[in-house]
Amino acid sequence: MEAETGPEWLSEEVKTGTTIIAIEFKGGVVLGSDSRVSAGESVVNRVMNKLSPLHDKIYCALSGSAADAQTIAEMVNYQLDVHSIEIDKDPKVCSAATLVRNISYKYKEELSAHLIVAGWDRRDGGQVFATLNGLLTRQPFAIGGSGSSYVYGFVDAEYRKDMAKEECQQFVINTLALAMNRDGSSGGVAYIVSIDEHGAEEKVVLGNDLPTFFDQ
Amino acid sequence: MATLIVNQPPVGGFSFDHCKRNAYLLGEANKVGSSLPTARKTGTTICGIVFKDGVILGADTRATEGMVVADKNCSKIHHISTNIYCCGAGTAADTEMTTQIISSNLELHALSTGRVPRVATANRMLKQMLFRYQGHIGAALVLGGVDCNGPHLYSIYPHGSTDKLPYVTMGSGSLAAMAVFEDRYKPDMEEEDAKRLVRDAIAAGIFNDLGSGSNIDLCVITKGNLDYIRPHEEANKKGVRTGDYKYKRGTTGVLSKVVTPLNLEVVEESVLTMDTS
Repeated sequence: MEAETGPEWLSEEVKTGTTIIAIEFKGGVVLGSDSRVSAGESVVNRVMNKLSPLHDKIYCALSGSAADAQTIAEMVNYQLDVHSIEIDKDPKVCSAATLVRNISYKYKEELSAHLIVAGWDRRDGGQVFATLNGLLTRQPFAIGGSGSSYVYGFVDAEYRKDMAKEECQQFVINTLALAMNRDGSSGGVAYIVSIDEHGAEEKVVLGNDLPTFFDQ
Repeated sequence: MATLIVNQPPVGGFSFDHCKRNAYLLGEANKVGSSLPTARKTGTTICGIVFKDGVILGADTRATEGMVVADKNCSKIHHISTNIYCCGAGTAADTEMTTQIISSNLELHALSTGRVPRVATANRMLKQMLFRYQGHIGAALVLGGVDCNGPHLYSIYPHGSTDKLPYVTMGSGSLAAMAVFEDRYKPDMEEEDAKRLVRDAIAAGIFNDLGSGSNIDLCVITKGNLDYIRPHEEANKKGVRTGDYKYKRGTTGVLSKVVTPLNLEVVEESVLTMDTS
């Protein structure tokens, strides 16, 4: 049958069937993602870091088509570098989010990517922005990707205002672990990035170090 | 009569003028129950690993057209620059043209900067070109090389997404090859061990995947040195006949023999000049 349709690995678009999350805390943000990248039935990369730096203290979490998401992140990374040289200081998080929004709105028919932009700036502290098909919203926390639909209830029930940095990191890890257990397209290890005024700190939680729940 | 259209020099790149025509022809062909000829796709196993001193790329040598083996010993490891090579899977023409275009652009880039080209540069040029064509260029690549920042290995998909990993596989035999890597890969391997691992990964693809076959090509890139081994090994050696299966002269007996002479009479004879211009 392969002769008529061509091989599956060639025609199938590479998708980051994903769970991503970002949350604000007092003085910074925490971002998290799983690490699975799949094309159709097969996992093409099990250790991809979907938290992509846009600037020193601004990161974005990628989901949707891998090619589209990577391209947007690389374009915004470049535009933001030029912007920060022009203004001669670190860019605001909302500037980064606006650049992402502009691309996703202009090409909303062609692209299928959902990016969460989060970071810290001097003016407004830690901020989380979600961009979906050109709509830009600031939220205290945001989740995305195919795995997110399994954990909406969990995050709504567990989220509390003014959590400390360590509480936020645990919240992110718990959410990712639950989503990775239930969603077939999410899995692998959990990548965590914590950003505050001192800079960004990247961390990996291996699969066997993830928290377990009642079912294991 | 004056015209507003200025004759413009042709621009380089791919042309998709025939896409609509081909879609129409395909529809017409389907109506009468036949199909159009397909592009030559290389059902392939290609892979690469990073070892202690550099990277090793590996490929099989079978090219297929549907169920037919079109080329039993084709070369799938393409030259990008002296320190960067690239394995190609997918549509054979697309992988060949894409790597040639990037090789050319990278050489111009190296000439204008006066530096040895970097693998990250080649990767970014490839992914931006493939993304621009939105997956219509069916090239799935494994890019490897050594530059001033050390050894690097990327896998690049037709839609333009890339992964940077210590070991990668591509093509229809990628699952078989990846199984070998997942079992035996270790960081900082010695060259001989690494070569054997790549050889075994490609052999797994050759023997377990219908689209892959024939020989194993290897390309070992280290700092300031290149070892392009083609073929590294003939995985499917043709056997030698142990016996003599030829019939001896006179095995079949002659039962009868008749000679019929043809008596022909020459009626006309003429000489023609031959055009040899």
